[in-house]
Amino acid sequence: MTPSRTALRVVVATAAALVLASCGSDPLSGDGDDGDAIVIGSQDYYSNEIVAEIYAQALEADGHEVDRQFRIGQREAYVPEIESGDIDLFPEYSGPLLQFWEPDTEARLTDDVYAALEEATPEGVRVLDQAEATDQDSYVVTREFAEKWDLTTIADLAEVTDDLTLGANSEAESRPNGPQGLESAYGISVDFAPIEDGGGPLTVKALKDGDIQLAIIYTADPSIRKNDLVSLEDPEGLFLASHLVPVASENIDDDAAAVIDEVTAAMTAESLLELNQRSVDEELPAKTIAADWLASVDLD
Amino acid sequence: MTWLENNSDWVVELTIQHLFLALAAIVASVVLAVAVGRVAYVRPRVRQPILAAASVVYAIPALPLLIVIPLVLGVPLRSPTTLVVALTLYGTALLVGTVVDAFSTVDAGVRDSAVAMGYGRQALFWRVELPLSVPVLLSGIRVVTVSTVGLVTIGALVGISSLGTLLTDGFQRGITSEILIGVLMTMALALALDGALVALGRLLTRWQPRRRRRARTPLGSTEVIV
Amino acid sequence: MTTFLDALTWIADPANWGGAQGISARLLQHLAVTLVAVLAASALAIPLGILIGHTRRGRGVVVALAGAVRAIPTLGLLTLLALLLGVGVEAPLLALVALAVPSVLAGAYAGIESAEPAAVDAARAMGMSELQIVRNVELPLGAGVLVGGLRAATLQVVATATLAAYTSDTGLGRYLFIGLKARDYPQMLAGAILVAVLALLLDRLLATAQDRASRLAHSTEGTP
Repeated sequence: MTPSRTALRVVVATAAALVLASCGSDPLSGDGDDGDAIVIGSQDYYSNEIVAEIYAQALEADGHEVDRQFRIGQREAYVPEIESGDIDLFPEYSGPLLQFWEPDTEARLTDDVYAALEEATPEGVRVLDQAEATDQDSYVVTREFAEKWDLTTIADLAEVTDDLTLGANSEAESRPNGPQGLESAYGISVDFAPIEDGGGPLTVKALKDGDIQLAIIYTADPSIRKNDLVSLEDPEGLFLASHLVPVASENIDDDAAAVIDEVTAAMTAESLLELNQRSVDEELPAKTIAADWLASVDLD
Repeated sequence: MTWLENNSDWVVELTIQHLFLALAAIVASVVLAVAVGRVAYVRPRVRQPILAAASVVYAIPALPLLIVIPLVLGVPLRSPTTLVVALTLYGTALLVGTVVDAFSTVDAGVRDSAVAMGYGRQALFWRVELPLSVPVLLSGIRVVTVSTVGLVTIGALVGISSLGTLLTDGFQRGITSEILIGVLMTMALALALDGALVALGRLLTRWQPRRRRRARTPLGSTEVIV
Repeated sequence: MTTFLDALTWIADPANWGGAQGISARLLQHLAVTLVAVLAASALAIPLGILIGHTRRGRGVVVALAGAVRAIPTLGLLTLLALLLGVGVEAPLLALVALAVPSVLAGAYAGIESAEPAAVDAARAMGMSELQIVRNVELPLGAGVLVGGLRAATLQVVATATLAAYTSDTGLGRYLFIGLKARDYPQMLAGAILVAVLALLLDRLLATAQDRASRLAHSTEGTP
């Protein structure tokens, strides 16, 4: 083969690869400018994605067009997109969202948090009704540890004479409900071990291995029940009440809002736990879990 | 493997997304590295600075790079562009040294005879130097390909879907088989692309075995093959 | 740009250097994790690489295996190991060893193989044992390439050792995670800059070592 033909082949092959690659960027780039479709987002958290999928299927069943933009990282990544109107509907949690917009909030109880959240919501965005279901941070210990020291509330930790190490995401170390909060609200001092899985399996394993004695885990996490862990009560209100609450843009009309309100009304605490459990234990995709649940509450 | 049965559609979808993200970054890395490496080869004075810059880029941890790129380019954090740009930077940094080596392997005699035959600078590059540097170039591209396919997974940490999503999702849900599928599919994809490159290399360097064959026969050993 | 300046200010602030979570402590931890990972990978890969390079056997199998290891996404390996081993520095350390092995291995066998067959044959003709050939001929001749492999591995490990902070309170990666989660981007960028500077220092150090080793090869050339 002559060099010129070889060179030609290199060029052709490269061009072909480039074309391939540029086609590839197409299906990946979802800017959500999909006409009148309602853009629904979700956190990069399996439980949140199931709820978003439920919203999507309920709206589709009612004849709306829906554009799914799921698994968008953390709050800092997606909240700007909600505020700018690029995302129309997003399942959120009242307490953490309020803290995101208003870090110094004093509100702790369910209704106070919801009222403060309505206040704090920026222009062009609103929160719909909140659900009974909660998914909030809680201090968790093993059953064995709870029985050994007779613990039911966080305050009881004062009786523990062993060293206590708290395992949680890094941000807990500087947040008011982390070690500082334990010290100031309950007078309990703990060491801190960062584990970056948001109270996931690694945190649970560390608890069971005894590497940590105390962890922050979501109340709706099935691993609490599965691993026989105990959530300690929080009489001083370190953690804000955190109910499931849809955040909506102006693009959500009354008709669509009514559909979501119906879903919210059916979303009990037990429902959310069950949805999470099916995801973790039966290893089902969000689509299936959402469809089954909507059928079970006659909203399909 | 209940998880795989329930989620096979999703795995296929994520594999395709992963493939496109990786291909875009690999192709961009190769084009950029050949261009930059060519400059470094032709001008020895800038060679050291360019190679030093390449090791600086390679030393930047991936996670902050994913945060900084959107700040600089003004694209959303979870845009595929962010990831492709980051991976292109790594890929180019990894490849540039090999490109310089590849051009250095082109025999000076071959280059001189091409010039004597009337090849201009452009023709010399496209028809002689680039094709002849393919074997070394390809070895570098193979390394970049395998590492890029692996690195696409980190996009999952900032919400860019790929097989990496199975790693973070599987971790959250505590489903080991999901993580395992994510790891195995990523490896399979890397090795498949690597295999494709080897095949492409054979196609592009058909001149090579002929050269070796002739070189082995005593009479042909002095022949110059262009 | 302001973020970048803020990051530099953060690094320049002496208050951020002391204590158990200060920059000095984090730098040392990061360095320790990197060294342990590269040393462990070397203990595994260098003897294996010498064996393959010397005997010229099993190269295909090992190269294919190293390629497969290279293709493992480090994030995936880390999560799997973490689920298996629990929190602490063990899981990230093992993942980093896996990351370093292919580069060290490639450097070792390519280095040994780069010794000229004529030199090796001459040594054999002089009655050197195989072990002596490796020690006196092949290793000195291939030292430059071998150190090159170590250098590539170290650069990869230093940048990736930030992942150690995913499951333990170790290294400069802490600044990345704290910065990311608390949206304190100057702190995160500061962590990245520190990692990059550490990587470059180590790279320069190993580049010098590589030069010395290569010169060693040239000075021994012709001695057998």
